Order: sequence, then C-alpha cells, then structure tokens
Amino acid sequence: MSENEQEKQQKTMTRREFLRKSGYVAGGAVGGGILGGLITSQVANRPGTKRPEQAQQQGEDFNRALMFFSKQEDFQILSDAAERIFPEDDLGPGAKKLGVPYFIDHQLAGAWGHNAREYMQGPFYDGTETQGYQSHLDRREIFGQGISKIQAYSKETYDKPFTELSAEEQDEVLTAFEEGKVEMQGITSKEFFDLLRSSVIEGAYADPLYGGNANMDGWRMKKFPGNQMSYTDRIESEFEEIEPRSLRAHMQQE
Amino acid sequence: MAKELEKVDVVTVGVGWTGGIVAAECAKEGLKVVGLERGRERGVDDYFMIHDELRYAIRYDLMQDLSKETITFRNEPKQRALPMRRLGSFLPGEGLGGAGVHWNGMTFRFLPYDFEIYSQTVDKYGKDKIKKDYTVQDWGITYDELEPYFDKFEKTCGISGEEWKYSGKRSNPYPTPPMKNTPYLNRFAEAAKELGYEPFMAPSANLSETYENPDGMTINACQYCGFCERFGCEYGAKSDPTITVIPTAQKTGNFELRPHSNVTDILHDGEKATGVKYVDVLSGEEYIQPAEVVVLTSYTMNNTRLLLHSKLGRPYDPDSGTGVIGKNYCYQIMVGVTGFYEDEQFNTFMGAGALAQAIDDLNGDNFDHSDLDFIHGGVLTCGQSGRRPIAYNPTPPGTPGWGAEFKKNSIKYYTQTISIGFQGASIPYRYNYLDLDPTYKDAYGSPLLRMTYNFTDQDRQLFKYLSEKGGEIMEAMGADTVARQEELGDYDIRPYQSTHNTGGAIMGDDPDTSAVNNYLQMWDADNVFVVGASAFAHNGGYNPTGTVGALAYRAAEGIVKYSKNGGQLV
Repeated sequence: MSENEQEKQQKTMTRREFLRKSGYVAGGAVGGGILGGLITSQVANRPGTKRPEQAQQQGEDFNRALMFFSKQEDFQILSDAAERIFPEDDLGPGAKKLGVPYFIDHQLAGAWGHNAREYMQGPFYDGTETQGYQSHLDRREIFGQGISKIQAYSKETYDKPFTELSAEEQDEVLTAFEEGKVEMQGITSKEFFDLLRSSVIEGAYADPLYGGNANMDGWRMKKFPGNQMSYTDRIESEFEEIEPRSLRAHMQQE
Repeated sequence: MAKELEKVDVVTVGVGWTGGIVAAECAKEGLKVVGLERGRERGVDDYFMIHDELRYAIRYDLMQDLSKETITFRNEPKQRALPMRRLGSFLPGEGLGGAGVHWNGMTFRFLPYDFEIYSQTVDKYGKDKIKKDYTVQDWGITYDELEPYFDKFEKTCGISGEEWKYSGKRSNPYPTPPMKNTPYLNRFAEAAKELGYEPFMAPSANLSETYENPDGMTINACQYCGFCERFGCEYGAKSDPTITVIPTAQKTGNFELRPHSNVTDILHDGEKATGVKYVDVLSGEEYIQPAEVVVLTSYTMNNTRLLLHSKLGRPYDPDSGTGVIGKNYCYQIMVGVTGFYEDEQFNTFMGAGALAQAIDDLNGDNFDHSDLDFIHGGVLTCGQSGRRPIAYNPTPPGTPGWGAEFKKNSIKYYTQTISIGFQGASIPYRYNYLDLDPTYKDAYGSPLLRMTYNFTDQDRQLFKYLSEKGGEIMEAMGADTVARQEELGDYDIRPYQSTHNTGGAIMGDDPDTSAVNNYLQMWDADNVFVVGASAFAHNGGYNPTGTVGALAYRAAEGIVKYSKNGGQLV
C-alpha cells in the first residue's frame, strides 16, 4: 500500500471513532448485536495488525480453483469471454485479473446456479417478453450449454477455438450471441449472453468475499468505498475519494 | 388432520408494519393476539454483514422465496398468464417485519385530494373528465378524518421532515427535523426554485437524530451509509416494525409471535370467520388457530389471494364489473431522468433511503388539469440513497452495453450523474385486476394469484407530461447530457420499478363497490379486517407506507371497538 493510500485510509472513520461520534457507546442507546461484534474487531484492527488484503497478497489464494466447471477448456472460454465484456485498460484490471471467472464458477456451484429461490414448476410455455424468463433450464444448464455453443460457433465460423481468436473475432462471436443469432435449446442466445454479462459485472464489483473484485480493485477503479460505517461527517461535503473496505473488516481476524 | 389450538381474541396473518401495528394496539388494550409470520424471526443483530450488495440487493436475501410462492402475470385478459419465475418489477419481503425491513423510509401522507378523487374531479372538471372503464372511486374517508392516524404513525416512526406548501393540514410538526442537505440534492433544489417550484426535504424514516417514540422504543440517528433500500438497518436507525411496534406488542405480555407459520386458509361459516389454518413450515404440521377476529396483514397481493382462495367476499368479474375482491389493482408510473456531468463529481455512494429533495407542484390536483388528457400527477424526488456499483452503471445514450467503452463510461459516470424521478399515480382500470390462476400452484398446493395488468392511456399521457417536465428540470440542473424515456411502453414484469402494489380489497362507503369499510372491516364478514395497501382505491403519487401505517392504526381502533360491541362499525 502506498503512503498516499495509507493516509487516505487513516482519514476514513475508524469504528472506534464511529462509536464515539454517534454516541452509541456513551448514550447506551443500543446493545449487543453488530456493535458488540464491532467492538471485538477493534482488538484485531490495532496498528501493526495485518489487514486482510495484505494477508491475502502474501499467501496463495486457495479459493482460486473450480467448483462447477469440470473442463479447463470451458473455464478458459468463460475467462476470455468475461475479459472481452470487462477488459483491462488504463483505468485498471479487467475481468480476469479481478477473478471474475472464479466468481462465476463459484456462484454456479451454489443456490444461484440451481435457481433455488425461483419458481421452477411447470408447465413451461413461451410468453411475451414482458412476462419474463420462462425457461425450464437452470443457470448451470444455461452456462454449460452456452460455453459449448461459443466454442462450436467459433469453430464453425472461424475454424478455430474461441480462445485462439483475435479480440475482434471474439467480440464478433459474443455479438452474435447478444443479438440472438446463435441457436440454443430451451433458451435464446441473447438470454444466455445477458446472463453472462450481468454475472461479469457482479464479479467485478461484489464484495471480494465472493472471489471476484480482487483486492477491491473493481471498487477502487469506480471510486466506490465499499463497506463504510458512516458518512455522517462527509455527506454535506463535495466529492472525495475514500479508500475502500470490505466486509472482512467486520470480522474478528485470526 | 390439523391440530386445533385454543381460541384467541385476534390472529394476524403476517407480522410486518400492519400486523405489528394491529398487534401492538390490540395487545395494549388487553386483547390476546397471535401473530402468524411465515418467515423467520429477525432483528438488528441479523444485519452484521448487511453492506453486501450482491447478497441483499442482487440475490434478494430478504425477499420472498419464489420457489415456494409467486404470482402469474399477463398484460391482457386474453393472454395466458405465466409465472413470475424471478423477482424483478417489485420485491415483496419475507420474514418478521416484512417489506418494512427493507423499505427506503419515504413516509408521505396521501393528499386530501386522493381520498376524494372522484368527487373532487367531477366537481372541478365535470363527469367526462373520468373516461370510460376507469373505476375511480372515493375512499369512504377524508384526509381530515385520517389525520390523527397519520400523526400516530409518524410519531411511532419519529419521521424526519418539514412542512411544505401542498402537504395536508397537520395537527403536529414532524417529530424530528429534516435530514442533512447535500451538494447532490442541492443541485436539484436550486434548479427547481429557479423554475418556480417549491422544493422541500422529503419526510424520512431514516432519522436525522436519535428519537424515543411514545411507546418507549428508541430509533437511532441515520449514518448515511448508503445501504437502505433492499437492506435492513444494522444501526436501528431506519424505523421498521422489528424495532418499534413488534417489541411494543411483546412488552404487553398479550402478544405471541409465531414465526415459520404459513397461513393457507381463512376458516369461516359464510358470515363470519372462525379462525385460520396454517402450516408450521419447519415441522410440516397443520394447525387451526380459532380467533374472535381475523386480521389479514400480509402483503397486498396475499391479502387478496387468501380471500379468493378461502372464498370469502365476492370475487371481482371484469366483464360484468361486479364483485369486489381483486378489483382496482394499481401500481405506479415511474418516470426517471438522468443527467450526465462531464466535469463534476458527486458522492453518489453515500446516502440514505429517504434522503431526498422533492417537489409536489405536479402531484395530485396541485396543478390545473383542464387542458390535460389525464388526472392526478406525481411527486418528483431527487434522492441520494446510495448508488451501488453492481446495479448502477450509467452510460450516456449510444454507449455499448459491454466492452472497453462500456467499462470506461460506466466507471466515469458512476460519480458523475444525478437522477431524478416521478412516482406517477396509478388510476384503476376495469381490466387491471387480480384473480386466481387456473394452472399454477404454490408449494402447499394452493392456486397462485393471477395479475392482469397493463399501463393505460391515462398512464401514457401522464408519463409523457411528467417526462417532459423532468427533462426541463434536469436541463436547468446544468447536466451536459440529459437522458429520459419519452413514451411509456407496456408493463414489463422484469425490470425493477417499484414495490408499491395496491388494491384488490379496496375500501369505500358502498358494499357494492368496495370490499372493506373505512375501518378496513369486511362488509361481508364483520370479524375480518383486511389491512394494507390492498385497501387503496387507487394508488397515489407518493410512496404508500405512510398511508398504509395510518390505515393500520385506524383498523386497530376498529378491531378494539368491534371486540367490545361487535357488528358493522360503519
């Protein structure tokens, strides 16, 4: 962390300051709950203690392995496609460096991939656009089919696998999906593309606890400070950049 | 076989704002109340990890689990309705406190005009102003009659606000002063003033200072952390049922809360309810809870569904225009305008759910409609509720939806845009209604509610007018690029618009055209009260919770009266 960043970080309100300024401790208006947890995490956050981001940089990130995709090739196609949607540029990292492909893989392995909280009972009919998603496929099935269709379409059109195409060609493939031009089963290629696009954005900007937004660099690029306790003292002021904090900051750190 | 429990005085179906208010007021009067809540118990302690956009705002952690129950939807009666398989357009809550936990906290009182919309429109503009098939009705109560209940709800919440030109007459000032003004909001306020409007700070349930309510419950001062809408408040600084009315009810010793209890039927003998049947969703066992009074305090749509499924009240039939249950389903007409600034940045990530400047000059009948092809209007707010990075990727018109240019622009304009928006009123229409779906069922085998809804000509005219006015204001706010939609399309269940669904069991002064009287007591069953926005005869141009809260206090008074004397209260 640069000196400048450290300085900024000190400027952001610490939890102790928050507790003091908001008068919760002195006034005793609230008990237990989150405040109890915050007070405990003060101990771990004293000067000299490693911040979680630093700790992560020093060790290997064991989280970066696959829970859903079974073939390396599929994961590479996903990674390349994600990078075209959210590419690295002079503002900062793209989807790959942010860990977005891992984020998507991990999300697909869980409840979201199985559409666990959505209504999946039949009968299934095509409706109007305004009636929304009506496929019987869950997201795992959509991604599985979609990634293999990207490969098949690339080979048919360019006689090469997707990962060996130029950036422009990869964009052409993705555009064909976006425009609904690629035939898929139980879903349109546009619906698959929209799902892919939205999950890339999620991976770039979700709290790093989910495996994307590595080192909070997605937030840093966007000047979103993440999990902050209070802006009471700043809400009336002009724009300012604030060093981001993740939810990890709330945990009692080991 | 369902196990029959001991009879109680009052049972509420759902424990959010309305169930909590009814429970607190009835329990204070010594009535024994049981609150059946299908979700889990929860409170401030549950929001330790609340600053998580993905979990709460994108994956809807606090919202209804659609795998168990949803609605079906179609735009027109001739279409086949299909299930809303994913959340989108609106977000019903689940769990103790209901949607009252994840609300933003805007707490308006509907205008005096709203309650007498039919009479006032006809008096001023003549009968022809209300076009064929628009089922506009008075509410069977006036603003002045409802004022004490508004006052009560605002004191329970400690609402922070200031009076403005068009606000209805108040018996008391707002309990706490308005929230802090900001450079972002001020940009709007200055421009609005220049154009001759009268901006004011919106009334907010995110409190400007720590407050103790008349029941002795403390609500803390808002920290402007930017996680309000779709989130619970870890500071206890947003008034919600779990830190106000529910603990108030519990303090009396007369209230028993039963979470994980999903009511499937209202039991009745054709004239009166005898109780409710529910499933304990953990054990899977069925129970019958007999009660002297049954109060429906679930979300708008479930109030209606439960009545239809239990065959209580007369179902609405759009062809004949007869019947009342399912009638006058309304929504809102959301009109958004975004301004892009090339050289200025704002703290868009800070804020609070109800932190906003507003103007009311284009709401209700606050402006002349003689030469306009619609009635009513909407409040315009410039809100700073905390823009979050996954959901908020504003790009000027013409920017691609992905790739290098998208990334560059969505990052740049994240802090360089201001948005304003109208909440346009929704006027009831004969063919916009709720009934039971013939095909799709919930997890317990009961039919889903079927919504038939589209925007009307009235809505389209109103939208066009408000969008133009919004554009003018944004120009005056000095934006380099102004983006707005000129025409309203068909209602679409996919994009989030508003969780301001109303109607289905509407109030009024005539049993032929309304389901409940002005105590929200059913005309067809004296001991059933149907409480919530389901009672709105149309939807106004404001957030509905202030009016829902007032009606709930009115209903609670009615339930206490009924418990003493019985009979129809009106």
